[in-house]
Amino acid sequence: MTTPDEIKTQEYLINMGPQHPSTHGVLRLLLKLEGEIVHNVEPHIGYIHSGIEKMCESLAYPQIVHLTDRMDYLSAHMNNEAVCLCVENAMGIEVPDRVRYIRTIMAELQRLASHQLWWCVMGMDLGALTTFFYGLRDREKVLDIFEETCGARLTVNYSVPGGVMFDIHPNFQKRVKDFIIYFKKKLPEYDQLLTGNVIFKERTKNIGILSLEDAISYGVTGPSGRASGFACDVRKHHPYSAYPLVQFNEALDTAGDTFARYRVRITEMWESLSIIEQLIDNIPGGDYAIKMKGVIKLPEGEFYQRVEAARGEFGVFIISDGKKNPYRLKFRSPGFSNLSALNVIAKGWKIADLVAIMSTLDLVIPDIDR
Amino acid sequence: MYDFSSLTEAIHKGLSAHMSPVATQAIEWVIIGVTVILFVALFGLFLVYAERKVCAFFQNRLGPMRVGPWGLLQTIADFIKLLMKELIQPAKADKFLYNLAPFIVIIVPFLTISVIPFAKGLQAFDFDIGVFFVTSVSAVGVIGVLLAGWSSNNKYSLIGAMRSGAQIVSYELSVGLSIITIAILAGSLQVSQIVEGQQATWFIFKGHIPAVIAFFVFVIAGTAETNRGPFDLAEAESELTAGFHTEYSGIKFAFFFLAEYVNLFIVAAIATTVFLGAWMPFHFGHFEGFNRIMDFIPPIFWFFGKVLAVIFLIMWFKWTFPRLRIDQILALEWKFLLPINLVNILIMAFIVLKGWHF
Repeated sequence: MTTPDEIKTQEYLINMGPQHPSTHGVLRLLLKLEGEIVHNVEPHIGYIHSGIEKMCESLAYPQIVHLTDRMDYLSAHMNNEAVCLCVENAMGIEVPDRVRYIRTIMAELQRLASHQLWWCVMGMDLGALTTFFYGLRDREKVLDIFEETCGARLTVNYSVPGGVMFDIHPNFQKRVKDFIIYFKKKLPEYDQLLTGNVIFKERTKNIGILSLEDAISYGVTGPSGRASGFACDVRKHHPYSAYPLVQFNEALDTAGDTFARYRVRITEMWESLSIIEQLIDNIPGGDYAIKMKGVIKLPEGEFYQRVEAARGEFGVFIISDGKKNPYRLKFRSPGFSNLSALNVIAKGWKIADLVAIMSTLDLVIPDIDR
Repeated sequence: MYDFSSLTEAIHKGLSAHMSPVATQAIEWVIIGVTVILFVALFGLFLVYAERKVCAFFQNRLGPMRVGPWGLLQTIADFIKLLMKELIQPAKADKFLYNLAPFIVIIVPFLTISVIPFAKGLQAFDFDIGVFFVTSVSAVGVIGVLLAGWSSNNKYSLIGAMRSGAQIVSYELSVGLSIITIAILAGSLQVSQIVEGQQATWFIFKGHIPAVIAFFVFVIAGTAETNRGPFDLAEAESELTAGFHTEYSGIKFAFFFLAEYVNLFIVAAIATTVFLGAWMPFHFGHFEGFNRIMDFIPPIFWFFGKVLAVIFLIMWFKWTFPRLRIDQILALEWKFLLPINLVNILIMAFIVLKGWHF
């Protein structure tokens, strides 16, 4: 007779992706499963490899901006802003206050759009398809504002070194205020649909816990890191643009589970609304950009600038040899570090939990595989 | 009330006047068979359309109103598309079982529909163990699902099949026990007698608390048994791409799809028959005038009205709830529904014994 200890089930490998509905793009996860339990997750990246860093090294600085929004297309504005800030700091340029206000409002709108998409995909990954349509419906309003402001809806290309590309549209302030009123009514609906749902709580609470130590050692930033109690909000700790001028709370949680990561993002949406509210009525007059020379040359040296993108800390590191293109350029993308912690979080949970965990890490694949 | 048995009697008399009893019987069987097949196909199509519209209204979708007025031709277009798709078969699939599985799945609804009382006198077979027949036959579908998952030679399909095996077998218990609760109240397993027993009031009112509990348990377990959300673990598209039917294409996939919808109808129809009085009109105490007015509505409308209401309820929570995890779904059945059900049966037996029901 066999005792339960002698009964060994077989471990088997399964490919999740590159065309799996919940790997969001071409991410391939090599799962080692026993039954439904995940024993190991091995992410295989490199299917989308676009070589953006290498391309940037042969481009002039104003041209680089047009590539960075293609990386994390859901925080396109923040990525562009990071490059612009880095170039401006290196050259010792102060941008007008108007630019700082506009950039901050745009960044927060972009964060809202990103979190809205994250929210609807999160619901969809858990099988609640309705959230997908509700989130997209609201995101459309933000994209309309983007379209009116700079012509782009997804890869928002608005910042240029020295300012923004155009002045804001005359309707901008009214539309943003309308959107705030609209979205403040819709956010509680999000809570009704998912946050308060029994099944949703069962699926997320105490599942996929990331400890503070692991969050720090893997460099998990953004809402995913803050849910573990890692105070890492660049807007708060290394303020840039108009962030020193506004009052807002860093959304923090200590549980570190899937539900905490969810809650942090919902709280961040409220905070973003409040930041926009504080700025939108006070946009100062003045130029929307300062006159820059046709060819921008950075002084020799190393420059680093970080911003808080929708998924976490986004950093631009430029080594300049004084020419019109960088000698070496490196991006610190939040998605890459966040993905590296996936194995730690997901080990020992079930496939269904892996899907939930992956959605709360909010991965964007071109951001991971640059 | 229009009694369909007058129609069926007329057909029977007309046929037997011209031919031998054996031939009459054979022709009657063919008529019944064709009617059932037609009904399954058409009602399946209608349910696909209904589901699309219901979910469109829940989710602000615009899609299902493009083809034809109000999107009425949408399901027909879908059907044509599915018919014309190439049938793909994985290279190392177990060919015989792979091709057999969709048929096993589709046979179940045909068998179950035979005992459903659509209207007064409109029921193909009236066994004295009708309800028992339904519960036992509906368990066959899981074999088709398991075969499909196993023979596809795909690990995702296999996980899906194992999940649905565990799930359907577990929830079968709750379905059976909640029906038995009502069988105690009705004192019979025969469908026609269960319906007759609801002449005065429907069982959900007659049996008050235990009947209401049994109804909710039945709807939950029935949803789980038909693999619909939030219990669609066998499919779980975000985890298993499509679960047990990942490798099926074209019309074979349509069979699984059709079976799901017809099973949805059957769950709703059994809920209607057992709890909501099948084709019985809504009668309220001794308000003769009111009851007379209710009797004017033909029984077939009563039946389909109730069925569609239950179907809408099931669709409603499919389109709002997230999906459960497999261990949670089994815990729900074994730790909550089953004990509740067992206690509920005792309460119901006690109430029937004491005659405390209405």
